[in-house]
Amino acid sequence: MSLELVRVDDRLIHGQVVVGWGRELRPDLVVLADDEVAKNDWEQELYRLGVPDGMEVKFTTVDQAAGGVEAWANGSCKTIILVSGIDALRRLCEGAPSIRKVNLGGVHNEGDRHQHLPYLFLSDEEAHQLRSLATRGIEITAQDLPNAAPVALTDLL
Amino acid sequence: MSDGLTGVVVSHGTVAKALVDAVHAITGDAGALAAISNQGCGRDSLRDLVAEAACDGDCVLFVDLPSGSCLQAAMIFQREHPAIAVVAGVNLAMLLDFVHRRDATLAEAAARAVEIGAGAIKVVGS
Repeated sequence: MSLELVRVDDRLIHGQVVVGWGRELRPDLVVLADDEVAKNDWEQELYRLGVPDGMEVKFTTVDQAAGGVEAWANGSCKTIILVSGIDALRRLCEGAPSIRKVNLGGVHNEGDRHQHLPYLFLSDEEAHQLRSLATRGIEITAQDLPNAAPVALTDLL
Repeated sequence: MSDGLTGVVVSHGTVAKALVDAVHAITGDAGALAAISNQGCGRDSLRDLVAEAACDGDCVLFVDLPSGSCLQAAMIFQREHPAIAVVAGVNLAMLLDFVHRRDATLAEAAARAVEIGAGAIKVVGS
């Protein structure tokens, strides 16, 4: 198993991911799965600025990432997949049923979301989507950094 | 101190506020700089905070790191607003210099901030 982390983080590639998780997991590959970024070369260059030497970054749509999960999970590269929101996570998990564990890393306060943790705000629809993923046996925990205690979904909702 | 350029410091945690407070404590200046933290912000909300702080006239955005969410927010805003310069790697030395030279052009101010900021980083003593 070399799919080290599947993470929801609306900042995608940023300090917590590259420095915090990067130093803990030592990933070879970061897959940034976002439909908007996938078609925007300029934004991709912005995200590349945050990627250290020795770490490859691949930009895909959510559907493309779902199609790649099997290969990454069985490959030799240590891989992190990032999506920017709960709906993208739902699509990723539906397209790649082999994902059994996901990390909620950062969903910030926008729209009609309610706060659950300092870094986790969810709308009613997003909470519903997460419960639905959990009923399929996917382990969902919130954890912003590797040295923080993971919080189980059942303790959040 | 003449009016002119304004500066917005954008950082992780409370770095920006601490730097702006220190500039105020040393120079007495209270109007040239604003501070923004990325704490609790997603991509869009951080960009909105930058837009709000930098909306009036020519502005230098001083960002803590040369990558990451703060830089991204600054560069996304700059793309939409040409009267913006972005300098990464902010330190106190460059801000102290900046508040006394706000009549410079954007390009001059950005180049000077890099020069002063880099010049303040050195090994001291033997």
